[in-house]
Amino acid sequence: MTTVSGVTGTPTEADPEQTTGPARTERWVGRQPLGLLFVLPYVIFLAFIFVYPLIVQFFISFKDYFFAAPGATVERPWVGLQNYVDVLKDPTFQRSIFNVFEFLLINVPATVVLSLVLAYALNAKIRGLWFFRGSYYAPYVTASVAIVTVWLFMFGETGLINTVLGPLAPDPSWLINKYWAMPMIAVFVTWKQLGFFILLYLAALQNVPKELYEAADVDGAGTMAKFWSVTVPGVRPATALVVILATITGMNLFTEPYLLTNGGGPNGASVTPVFYMYQKGIEQGQAGYAAAIGMILLFITLLIALIQRRLLEQD
Amino acid sequence: MNTPATMSTTTAAPVPPSDETPHNRIRVLVLALGAVLFLFPFYYMVIGSFQAVADKSLSGILPHPDNMTVTNYKEINAAIDAPRALLNSSIFTMGVLLCTILFGLLAGYALAVMHFRGRQTVLSGVILVLVVPFQLLQIPLYVLIVRGYGLGDTYLGMILPFAINSTAVFIFRQFFLQLPKELFEAARIDGAGEMGTMLRVAIPLARPAILNAVLLTFIGPWNEFLWPFLVTKQQDMQPFAVALANYMNNVAGRATNPDGSNMAGGVLLAIPPVVLFLIFQKHFTSANIGSGVKG
Repeated sequence: MTTVSGVTGTPTEADPEQTTGPARTERWVGRQPLGLLFVLPYVIFLAFIFVYPLIVQFFISFKDYFFAAPGATVERPWVGLQNYVDVLKDPTFQRSIFNVFEFLLINVPATVVLSLVLAYALNAKIRGLWFFRGSYYAPYVTASVAIVTVWLFMFGETGLINTVLGPLAPDPSWLINKYWAMPMIAVFVTWKQLGFFILLYLAALQNVPKELYEAADVDGAGTMAKFWSVTVPGVRPATALVVILATITGMNLFTEPYLLTNGGGPNGASVTPVFYMYQKGIEQGQAGYAAAIGMILLFITLLIALIQRRLLEQD
Repeated sequence: MNTPATMSTTTAAPVPPSDETPHNRIRVLVLALGAVLFLFPFYYMVIGSFQAVADKSLSGILPHPDNMTVTNYKEINAAIDAPRALLNSSIFTMGVLLCTILFGLLAGYALAVMHFRGRQTVLSGVILVLVVPFQLLQIPLYVLIVRGYGLGDTYLGMILPFAINSTAVFIFRQFFLQLPKELFEAARIDGAGEMGTMLRVAIPLARPAILNAVLLTFIGPWNEFLWPFLVTKQQDMQPFAVALANYMNNVAGRATNPDGSNMAGGVLLAIPPVVLFLIFQKHFTSANIGSGVKG
């Protein structure tokens, strides 16, 4: 997704020498019309799992659409913008958006700082590099469901963390504490996704011109000074990317509130929009209402993506 | 840290250490501290999965022979039929991998080296799909695939929304773009068809990109929870991640050591991707991923 600006910016080459002979048909279908056949399966796939569902979601969101028993014919009347009005007024939905902001407030800065520092540290020839890299990628390649099992064990009421903390342990414990539930999800996701963002920064670090470091050396800059004045500005496009990607991840949390905090608990303190969409749409069968949530989230996500393009094009 | 050696790429094979400077000592210290934080939960998960009685004390960090057992593994296996669940995960993952390699390579190749009408439109489509996560379309996908086509509790229903991984298409495209144009032109002049050029010239060169895309694509369906959770109600069709989550929520309470059996399931679920990445770690590099993400 990150490539947004790079790709759309790719110019289709115009070849001036190709204007004779079969140029007309070529201009119409392209030089290798067979290419269309090559991408056809993928295009059908996109139409089927993206375009069509998007249209369906759009229509459902304007209806009082609910799931009925199989075979039963039911009336699903148009209700106009009613679903959207209801969603925006829904305190649980508002809470879920608030929760996402709380998540982002912790997750985004932590992700940027930790992944940049660790990528910077990894960007060297040191003994055991493969081991360190492997350690940081491990949570990223492992299923959330698998890791949740050990987090529940560690952060439970009588778990290892509370044992170590003794009287400092929060009461009620982390995952069932209304102040700690959402921050815990943020910490979990930061930890789990950091490997991916380290990878991004490692790629970006290769693009910082070495001359800049040499120039900084000539100016007598110390390590910290070089980090701040060369590395940080040098990876700015990557930072913009990390911020946006982390934000989009935050918009899509489901597994963590479902399993880690036992269904968005306690008392809605860790409900996320996607989890709420699932609850409304699938559990309670109010597909129209859930579709409206989906459309609103889609709008927010696209807005973020647009801002991303803006930021990236500045560089 | 400004020496040429430390600034060069991290993708190269391990080199004679130059870590005697104080700067590199700080570097290693930071990395080691981080590695402990990243690996400890995995270690603790393995230890905990073998405990007969859940030991949450500080000494429980170390294995105690008299408190070790395989009962947790037996219990989770009895409850969710682990081989069956792992088989479901494998079929789900293999289906996605197969479609991604077959159709994704075709699409990536065409988008990189062929000129045809509609290419820009398809490219914009790839990017849009990469930006909009599938979760936001869960309702219509559920309505269509499960309610409309009746594909609930089928592998096809599980695979469909993930069939062709767009990130992989992107990695393929970026890789083919980097190959010199003359390569393709020469093959065309020699009279090789597009299919022949792709199979005999481009794909052999694309092995690193393919391996990378395979690794990335693998963790998608193998680790996916939400969609197979929506699609499968019958337990014998559930992938391991779904079966384990349902076990944690509904059954584990009755186990001799609920935490232990949960973690035994977690270990089983974590092993395949972790082992795969350990084997192919060298190929999973920033350079290759970078090509996919930097644009």
